[in-house]
Amino acid sequence: MSSLTELRAIFFQECEEQLEDLTDGLNAIEAEVEETSPDPDQVNSMFRAVHSIKGGAASFSLDAIAQFAHAYETILDELRGGQLLTTSDSIPVLYRAADYLADLISLAAAGFEPDPDRLALQTSEIMSLSQAEPVAEPEGDFLADFVPLALDDDGALPVDNGPELPVFNISFTPTAALYANGHEPVQLFRELETLGRLKVDVELDEQAPWDDPHPAATWRLSLASDRSESDIREIFEFAEPHAQLQVSLSDGTVDVPQHPMAQTDNAANVQEVEVDDPAGITEPDTPDSVLPEPTIKPPAPHKSTVRVDLGQVDELINLVGELVITQSVMTQSLLEHSGPVSRNVMATLDDFKSLTRIIQEGIMAIRAQSVKPLFQRMARIVRETAQMAGKEVRFTSEGEDTEVDRIMIERLVDPLTHILRNAVDHGVEMGPDRLQAGKEEAGCIRLSAAHRSGRVVIEVSDDGAGVKRDKVLASAIAKGLIQATAQLSEGEIDRLLFMPGFSTADVVTNLSGRGVGMDVVNSEIRRLGGRVSIISSPGEGTTISISLPLTLAVLDGMIVDVGGETLVVPISAILETIRPDPSQIHQIGPSSRMVAVRDMMVPIIELGQVFGYENSSCRRDEHILFIVEDENGTMFALAVDQIRDQRQVVIKSLESNYGHVPFVAAATILGDGQIALIVDLDEVTHRISNPPPTSVKHKRAYA
Amino acid sequence: MSFKERRKSLQKIEFITLSIGAQDFCMDIILVREIRGWSKVTTLPHSPLDVLGVMNLRGAVVPIVDLSARLGLGRYEATDRDVIIITLIGDQTVGFVVTAVSDIVELSRDEIQPMPNIGEGAENLFVKGIVTSDDKTLRVLDINNIGDSMALAREIA
Repeated sequence: MSSLTELRAIFFQECEEQLEDLTDGLNAIEAEVEETSPDPDQVNSMFRAVHSIKGGAASFSLDAIAQFAHAYETILDELRGGQLLTTSDSIPVLYRAADYLADLISLAAAGFEPDPDRLALQTSEIMSLSQAEPVAEPEGDFLADFVPLALDDDGALPVDNGPELPVFNISFTPTAALYANGHEPVQLFRELETLGRLKVDVELDEQAPWDDPHPAATWRLSLASDRSESDIREIFEFAEPHAQLQVSLSDGTVDVPQHPMAQTDNAANVQEVEVDDPAGITEPDTPDSVLPEPTIKPPAPHKSTVRVDLGQVDELINLVGELVITQSVMTQSLLEHSGPVSRNVMATLDDFKSLTRIIQEGIMAIRAQSVKPLFQRMARIVRETAQMAGKEVRFTSEGEDTEVDRIMIERLVDPLTHILRNAVDHGVEMGPDRLQAGKEEAGCIRLSAAHRSGRVVIEVSDDGAGVKRDKVLASAIAKGLIQATAQLSEGEIDRLLFMPGFSTADVVTNLSGRGVGMDVVNSEIRRLGGRVSIISSPGEGTTISISLPLTLAVLDGMIVDVGGETLVVPISAILETIRPDPSQIHQIGPSSRMVAVRDMMVPIIELGQVFGYENSSCRRDEHILFIVEDENGTMFALAVDQIRDQRQVVIKSLESNYGHVPFVAAATILGDGQIALIVDLDEVTHRISNPPPTSVKHKRAYA
Repeated sequence: MSFKERRKSLQKIEFITLSIGAQDFCMDIILVREIRGWSKVTTLPHSPLDVLGVMNLRGAVVPIVDLSARLGLGRYEATDRDVIIITLIGDQTVGFVVTAVSDIVELSRDEIQPMPNIGEGAENLFVKGIVTSDDKTLRVLDINNIGDSMALAREIA
């Protein structure tokens, strides 16, 4: 039973890949010139994808999926055959149908039955594309003529019967002498099959007396072949004297039954005999496939992949992390304790070091995944949002092959959805307005991903109206987010979009405008160690770019000393590092101090104080300050004693063995084997701007 | 006493004996993963007094508890000869600092006497029984209880 469940799980996993292929194909044919017959390779691969889904679904009795996939397949078949052309009308229908197919699959994966009305509606929508005469067969009946393919279906699809070949009808009735002479009909038939497409039926004479040694079988064969009759007779040359043989050319049309099921009711006593494939020349299990036609191009080679349990990969990542640490501990202790180390040992150590680095990078890469599925999901969101908003939007994506940690991909879904919905809803103008502004009627939204200096940058840009700054400012003042007298630069106004509670939409649509969204985007991206920025120019569009670390397992950190302890400050949050002149620092109130950074007063946070380290070795005015920015764009200066290093650190959870420690995001292990804590900047700055209540009771509620 | 019960009471359990300051304790060896020498810990901000900090155990971040403080025997004074007992409580790995680990003893349940009530105190909460063997009096530590109270200590920290 469990193996069945496993197979089901594999089926759903494969479905995802098939859906990806399908969407790829759709993207490709959409890009082609309209009103043409699309590229047969693309349609073939789409057909294969849908066909595999149908086959798998039928084997698991997922009738809704099978039924819908069947309808889809029919349309794709027409596309392939050229009866149907791709037009600007048919493409959206194909997309919607692909989306619905994905819905059906995820419903089935969760164990739900789809809404039958919706299914019927979607099925009729896709079938409305069909140029063929209405299909005579009643709906739902298709399963009868559909043989579920094996689950490991390698994409073999029923190949169209090539050019029509002459068909020979052969009747072969052996006598006992045939067997007595050592002939074996199966061998003969195998031989025959090398000449062309062979179909074998046998008639058994059930009335034959049981004690009669004569064979009671008559074989009726039909062979589609371009060979001559004498070639066929030659095969039977030695058998003919011991059997009755008739060879005749049939009317010229292909008489080979298209499907085994069709033949069975011809005569009750006809049985199917399958001829073993002699040398794998023809496809097994598909008796009606012809020899491959040279004109059909083989499908593009598929990237071969291995499915690995994520837990195993994580385990490996952990172990390699250990290896790196052990390696540096070893180097350090060799240098410290064993006096002068020979050049040889040092060289070996260096080799070892670079090898471990390579292994670490390789393992990290295994965890990485291309953003393609994410982008395809986003394409769907743009389509749906555009449809709801009544706007025409063209969506393009770039850098789909960019690889990002897979956890990151999962956690990017919500933020990107928000950003894209906003782009469609607020960014892109209505069609007429666009025409008036001298732009194309269809808005353009571009989603791109790229690796840039060790980080991943994901950008969403639209060619809409840009941020309406006066409106944003007025709205922020009205909502009390900023003072009415505040003087903000353009960039600062744009950043208001990320403030909690901000919304400019006059009318709250069901797409966006509830004032939750961009601030959530901002905080979610920050949680991933990334930053969001926005560039907008009025009338030309807006670009929101997200910069993310490559992985969540390592982090770029500044290693600092605070009160005799070592801490790690994530670099992503640090705007700049300053060693302030005493004149820049101003004492305000009994304990708080400010630093003047280019005419701006920034409150100083003593990291040592926050962490409760008393023995700060440095004098207060010798601190180094990190200027950091919190999610609202407020700046803070973190005071540390000394900067030791800047490097990538492997993130270790504190929570698994201990629990949450205030102001600490995680821990890491330094080169000397010591643990250093990673500062949770958001928590630190949050605590400063919202001082905690003092009583323990409240403190707990806060935590 | 049924046969089963009797057999259970006769079954020997292995205990590791340890000392904290001048006092002797023992704990079920099943919970013990390994015993290590003392190495420097990284202190955690705002942690309970009896949590000394965290240390690196082959890549895992393991909290180190001052067992002496936890038992109410006064705070730990670091010396080089201290020993850390790494235990697995539930799915958490926790290390305890003790003065020394001396022996492994086999005891049957019969030999463990319930702890006589000698007044309140943290120590009583974590001791589930008492054993007198040869010339020593060993108290059997209830490590699971100690672990639980760690979660407690964290909350009020």
